[in-house]
Amino acid sequence: MSKQHVSTTVNGDPVEFLADPGMTLLDALRDELDLTGSKEGCGSGDCGACSVILDGRLVCSCLVLAPEAEGRRVETIEGLAHGSRLHPLQQKFLEHAALQCGFCTPGLLMASKALLDVNPDPTETEVRYWLAGNLCRCTGYDKIVRAVMDAAAELRQERV
Amino acid sequence: MSDVLDRADIGHNEGDDHLKIVGTRPVRPDGADKVTGRAAYGADFNMPGQLVGKVLRSPHAHARIVSIDARKARALPGVKAVITGDDFPNLADEFHEGGEAASNLRDMAMNVIARDKALYHGHAVAAVAAISSAIADEALALINVTYEVLPHVIEVEDAMAEGAPLLHRHMFTEGLEARPDKPSNVAKRNRIARGDLDAGFAAADVIVEGRYTTKATHQGYIEPHATVASWAADGQCNVWSSSQGQFMVRTYCAKVLGKEISDIRVTPAEIGGGFGGKTVVYLEPLALALSRESGHPVKMVMSREEVFRATGPTSGAVMHVKLGAKTDGTLTAADVELKYQAGAFPGSPVGAGSMTALACYDIPAFRITGYDVVTNTPKVAAYRAPGAPISAFAVESAMDDLALKLGIDPIALREKNAVRNGTKASYGPTYQNIGYLETLQAIKDTEHYRTPLGPNQGRGMAVGFWFNVGGESTAAVNINEDGTAVVVTGNPDIGGSRASMAMMAAETLGIAVEKVRPMVADTASIGFSMLTGGSRTTFATGMAVVQSAEKVIAELKRRAALIWDVAADHVIWKDGAAYCLDPAKADEKPLTLEAIAGQSARTGGPITGQTSLNAQGAGPGFAAHLCDVEIDPETGHVTVLRYTASQDVGRAIHPAYVEGQIQGGVAQGVGWALNEEYIFDRDGHMENAGFLDYRVPVASDLPMIDAILVEVPNPRHPFGAKGVGEVPIVPPLAAVANAIRQATGVRMADLPLSPPKIRAVLDAKGA
Amino acid sequence: MSQLDYLAPATPEEAVKALGAAGARPMAGGTDLLVQLRAGRARPDVIVDLKRIAGAIGIREEAGAFVIGAATPGAMLGEHAALVKAWPGVVEAANLIGSTQVQGRATLAGNLCNASPAADSVPAMIAARAVCVVVGPAGRREVPVEAICTAPGKTSLSPGEFVLEIKLPPRPARASDAYLRLIPRTEMDIAVAGAGVNLALDAQGVITEAHVGLGAVAPTALLVPEAGQALVGSKLDEAALARLDAAARAACRPISDKRGTAEYRTKIAGVLARRAAAIAYQRAGGAA
Repeated sequence: MSKQHVSTTVNGDPVEFLADPGMTLLDALRDELDLTGSKEGCGSGDCGACSVILDGRLVCSCLVLAPEAEGRRVETIEGLAHGSRLHPLQQKFLEHAALQCGFCTPGLLMASKALLDVNPDPTETEVRYWLAGNLCRCTGYDKIVRAVMDAAAELRQERV
Repeated sequence: MSDVLDRADIGHNEGDDHLKIVGTRPVRPDGADKVTGRAAYGADFNMPGQLVGKVLRSPHAHARIVSIDARKARALPGVKAVITGDDFPNLADEFHEGGEAASNLRDMAMNVIARDKALYHGHAVAAVAAISSAIADEALALINVTYEVLPHVIEVEDAMAEGAPLLHRHMFTEGLEARPDKPSNVAKRNRIARGDLDAGFAAADVIVEGRYTTKATHQGYIEPHATVASWAADGQCNVWSSSQGQFMVRTYCAKVLGKEISDIRVTPAEIGGGFGGKTVVYLEPLALALSRESGHPVKMVMSREEVFRATGPTSGAVMHVKLGAKTDGTLTAADVELKYQAGAFPGSPVGAGSMTALACYDIPAFRITGYDVVTNTPKVAAYRAPGAPISAFAVESAMDDLALKLGIDPIALREKNAVRNGTKASYGPTYQNIGYLETLQAIKDTEHYRTPLGPNQGRGMAVGFWFNVGGESTAAVNINEDGTAVVVTGNPDIGGSRASMAMMAAETLGIAVEKVRPMVADTASIGFSMLTGGSRTTFATGMAVVQSAEKVIAELKRRAALIWDVAADHVIWKDGAAYCLDPAKADEKPLTLEAIAGQSARTGGPITGQTSLNAQGAGPGFAAHLCDVEIDPETGHVTVLRYTASQDVGRAIHPAYVEGQIQGGVAQGVGWALNEEYIFDRDGHMENAGFLDYRVPVASDLPMIDAILVEVPNPRHPFGAKGVGEVPIVPPLAAVANAIRQATGVRMADLPLSPPKIRAVLDAKGA
Repeated sequence: MSQLDYLAPATPEEAVKALGAAGARPMAGGTDLLVQLRAGRARPDVIVDLKRIAGAIGIREEAGAFVIGAATPGAMLGEHAALVKAWPGVVEAANLIGSTQVQGRATLAGNLCNASPAADSVPAMIAARAVCVVVGPAGRREVPVEAICTAPGKTSLSPGEFVLEIKLPPRPARASDAYLRLIPRTEMDIAVAGAGVNLALDAQGVITEAHVGLGAVAPTALLVPEAGQALVGSKLDEAALARLDAAARAACRPISDKRGTAEYRTKIAGVLARRAAAIAYQRAGGAA
């Protein structure tokens, strides 16, 4: 069984690793690159805890084969903050208490970032439908939606 | 060092204006790690040289294990250990008050790995440890198990029927008037009764009766079970796992493996949801045994499928409720019968379901009968107010029908029969300091309640109760040289309790909450604590934190007296500083905590305070919920339009996290009412063991959930707190069902109320 | 031990060659394949990733027809203004598959060739009269979408063949489509029933062309000619809708499973066909 050499960019940094062809990007991030922020909740693309942004698109990293990352751009939760400066989404999640156990939070933050990248002024309904692929069992989603909309407002202000 | 058992005499609840931190909403102290992906959960930890452990699970719902031949698996290169039930000691029956419910350790050990019988599809039969995941999978496939397949039984009434397949040959129903002479699948019958039931029904003007069913549902935490375990050559064990209680893990591992408790040290990982489902062990004893056999640490992580197939859901149930009342709504009698699935071993929450069923009602005559029934399904585990949502679904649906029959508003009917301070609860104690009526009033005061409904819409309400518990906790408050503090407890943080611990300590000490760092320690680094569950942490562990902080204050005052050379009773502590009251030393400036800490070495050494207690006086929780739904009559699809939940929380230490508990519990209850269920095929296999077809609510399924925090303080807690985490899941099943009844005009008594069922009743109605 | 290889050919010819090996399977978005790999339901020896073939990801217009590369994710369809304007039904069907994350990867071709009876995009593509361009050892051929799936999980493709692109025919003026499905939640579920309706109207709003596709009510998604005929010549009045409902229901041969009963699916197929027709009619410029 020969592993494949993969060269890719993760959070702006060039990285390389060896992957079994059948390994998922999620496994590669967690086991080869020690980026354990992305979580496995189901392994079948139904919970969104493994969400990353691949070439600008929100995807479940458990549904991407590691070799597919070759030459691509991967963004994970570890790259969302700028050094120690939290992204407004991260800050608003904390202010609104939009996390309890926190396990779904990395995936939700990446999904929310992807939303605000394409729709800076979403309605509550748009936020809920965009985030439908991210399961949260603790919060009932109420504070999450509020945090996302508050972060959207803050980001719109920053752009002004 | 143990301390006063409760706080019946404290006077902290004197008014909100005295509190500077409790009741505010600071950012949680573990927040940065959680929003940056840095926090380490069960599967995020690794030990050098670790092996991958995997479990071989029974393909049959019920089978005798005739033999297990693991020779080929053991011989596979890269396989370092293979274990079966034979590698574990046989235990006698022993009960352990571990958490939500007493568990029989022998049953737990047999659930962790099967002995002579596989009792459900997915029951662990063997386990391997290998150098890679792929080799472990290959090894599993090489283990040859010979089964004698037996008939199986899934539904509770089928399991109770004459001639049902028997799970345990020596199960003779306990709790009956006479011990039966034949074994059965009914482990136990419990009964609570008061008054003259027949007379009560005879006195009724109106009687309502119904049969209600619910299906098994899973806690649905997003993080699968995970552990890393190391059994060293000298027998010392280290376990890293995400659980609701590191001490619970330690105790269960010690018992299941026949080790002394001090040989095992358990470090709690961050936990990605528990809701009661992580108050028991599944993987840890297996990982330890594999580590023992292989001589390496072993990491084991469940797949989502394994979580559904082999970890405890809660019971499915069949229930009968009969209510009698006068025309003015006064209840005269109630008869409740509950039959709960326990899964493969006894221990369904039917006892708690029985005790809570009528807890909101003052009824002169009632009888509650509960049956704990084993079935060939995974052994049930606690699920948030275990047993209570199920019986509340039945009782609150029947109450709704009664209100309709009498022509009385459903809230007025609850008020008419409400328990109050001084009422003797249906389950025994006399209520004190409860805020039940206040929750009903809070609902009546909402704009939601007064908003008119449109076509195909319905509104339903329901009430709920949970005891909440106190129990054993240890906490330590350690002052650092610079005057900051560390609060150490032994309770995993499943909902934001760390923030509350820091807030209560800071409030007591009189310093800023940012100067207090809360830590959750491993079993070797803090004294014993019962697990995080039963809505106990803010109450009991918070009590221990506050008492520890008070001990620290006493010590700080003593040190100040030393520094000033005054008598000890001339020192008071206020707003984070010691003040000198000796008239002879009137010009002494106050000494801040920081100043005293800086001189601690000279005045006697480090300043710390520790408390171990068994907290009594937990305040029970009451809630009233209101739900609006809209039905699509052609498809039966239900939309939850609006939801308001009011709850007596005692005092909200951190209101945002209290609201969060309420919103989360409501969401789980809505899922339970509408779409969640274990679906079994003819072979007793779960058909929907994944998040695709086990349908928990997604963000677009729910509206904003309005949480109203009613505060009737509990005088037994330093800040008046009552447990809040469990009550919220109790009312939603009936609140949703009652709303659907109003929208459709038909009572639906069998959960979940999925679209095909609703369309079918509408068709039948129209026919 | 299984030896899984991963190849990412750059041309259709390379892909055909790679797919000629025993145990080779094509992959577009991978959102079905990876789930099956993990569950052990698929055990290929080689995965042939189509995404690096030139043109496999992208949408182009050719003489009024839209040609969609096989590896084009659903999200990209929704970003193409002209495609959304001409074929809102096909686009909305693709964007109902799974979650936002899944739509970032899942493709029309993959959804089709996975051959689930409940695939969301297929009834809409059938109603649209979409055609697949199939490439294989014997060269290229064109196959109507409804001829691809033969049974649950099975297609009419020969070994070594794969769908390179999907063509949507040129649109007359005053034409539009719609797709609706019934699921128990609001997102994330497999369709219990699905209906795609594609209509063309004349200047008076009379329906001149109508095609109806149904999903999750038979072993494969269905083209229901009788349902389309029920609408032609009408202005979608109540009688026409009733005929449509009846024709849709008559075509159903569903199973009862953990997602729905046969009886329920049949009823819902009629309801969804009516509702989708109303939406398509309005989109095409017919009076509400």
